[in-house]
Amino acid sequence: MNVRTQQRVAVTILFLCTVLVVLPVLIVLAIITYKGMSALSFEFIFGMPENGMNAGGIFPALLGTIYLVTGAVLFAVPLGVLSAIYLVEYSKDNAVSRLIKLAIVNLAGVPSVVYGLFGLGVFVAFFGFGVSILSGSLTLGIMILPVIITASREALESVPSSFRTVSFSLGASRWQTIRHAVLPHALPGILTGTILGLGRASGETAPILFTVAAFYLPTLPESVFDQTMALPYHLYVISTQVPGIREDFRFGTALVLLLLVLILNLTAIILRYRFRKKKRW
Amino acid sequence: MPTHIAVHDLCLHYGDTCVLRNLSLEIQRNEIFTIIGPANSGKSSFLQTLNRLNDLHADFRKTGKVTLADVDIDTIDVEQLRARVGIVFALPFPLPLSIAGNITYGPRMHGVHQKRALADIVERSLREAYLWDEVKDRLHLPAMNLSGGQQQRLCIARVLAGQPEVILFDEPTSGLDPISTARVEETMLVLCKRYTIILVTNNVAQAARVGTRTAFFLMGELVEVGATKDVFTRPSDPRTDEYVTGKFG
Repeated sequence: MNVRTQQRVAVTILFLCTVLVVLPVLIVLAIITYKGMSALSFEFIFGMPENGMNAGGIFPALLGTIYLVTGAVLFAVPLGVLSAIYLVEYSKDNAVSRLIKLAIVNLAGVPSVVYGLFGLGVFVAFFGFGVSILSGSLTLGIMILPVIITASREALESVPSSFRTVSFSLGASRWQTIRHAVLPHALPGILTGTILGLGRASGETAPILFTVAAFYLPTLPESVFDQTMALPYHLYVISTQVPGIREDFRFGTALVLLLLVLILNLTAIILRYRFRKKKRW
Repeated sequence: MPTHIAVHDLCLHYGDTCVLRNLSLEIQRNEIFTIIGPANSGKSSFLQTLNRLNDLHADFRKTGKVTLADVDIDTIDVEQLRARVGIVFALPFPLPLSIAGNITYGPRMHGVHQKRALADIVERSLREAYLWDEVKDRLHLPAMNLSGGQQQRLCIARVLAGQPEVILFDEPTSGLDPISTARVEETMLVLCKRYTIILVTNNVAQAARVGTRTAFFLMGELVEVGATKDVFTRPSDPRTDEYVTGKFG
């Protein structure tokens, strides 16, 4: 083969691989949309499940997921952002800080079912929160913590060091420098990381399996100590645990979950794009 | 003229590397003290010692003593010290704020918040840096929109806003065109009536143009210090002669 043919073959293979990556996404989207579209209606989204989940809607599951994700973010964002600030702005580069950073990277690689068991052991049993929204939120929060810390660290590190130098040289303290010269410019990145974490939290089943998710509840949760239904778990239940559920209900639920995650991710992408355009350095 | 800054037996290290050895000199009030020398001769490190910006480097160490108006700078609150000893960097680094926001950054960090007081500071500093007439109608536009020379004068104004006693210039015109350079030099010559100025420059001619006294640093050592005229016309050390006449550097 001459150089030209090699080049052509290489490009073709690389292109085909790229297409193969995109294809499953499109197929999943197409099938779920095709089979689930007919179930979507106002009643499906805002109604209570009826007749053994074979009629009515998925509102308790949707609301439950929103509660859980909100709780997870309320817990994980302050914790994650503050620890990222400490790691980037204060900690010295020594064995301890390297160990912490390694731990955070590894936290991201822990399988989600392990988080579920952790939540069961710590929040449900040890702290005695029971199987509740609180336990589930905290478990999801810990799961998305590495996502938020990593995104926040990257956002903080991408703020030019000259901003810090200038701020210090004008007599600002370290905290003033962080507060006024660094954080405002890292905020878009932190926000993006948070929304990606949100997307991740809303789709996970394993962490909520033992800590909060209810098979079926006739009423909406009233406090953080109540159990709740949640979209991913509801999907699992109606797909595998209860025989004879209408197909369009199963795919409709999947579609709602998928749309929720897609909307969150899309928001993150748009925000990032808009902030990048505004950036002037 | 009274001594403003006195340096006794100063040695600076980054990790195991010594960048300045046994430096002793005195800088007088209201002079333009220029420091010349090739790269890596310890000029900038010396400058950044005077307002303790070096302290931000984890592996920086210093021995010896520096006094500002007879007070050891290590005993002065570091935030106060940096307001009293301002610095203008080689590149203009405007913060991504408005023109006015850049000027008031330092004062705001030191607790000035009244609108009237801040507006006065903006006008006074910009006038002192000869930038007022060019920007007075767009104080609330981003500072990044200004030209390079204007940005550098904005940085000077930003330092002046903190009402410093000493202004350090770290090769302030290395990124500027000749006309902007001339304007910055003129500004310095006026400012030295009210402030003590220390100018580090790679541009030997600039040191000759604006300097009151000049020091020549080489490889972390002070080779010679004296009145600028003397250093340039009859240097006492042959290395100074070679450097200022352009034989090396």
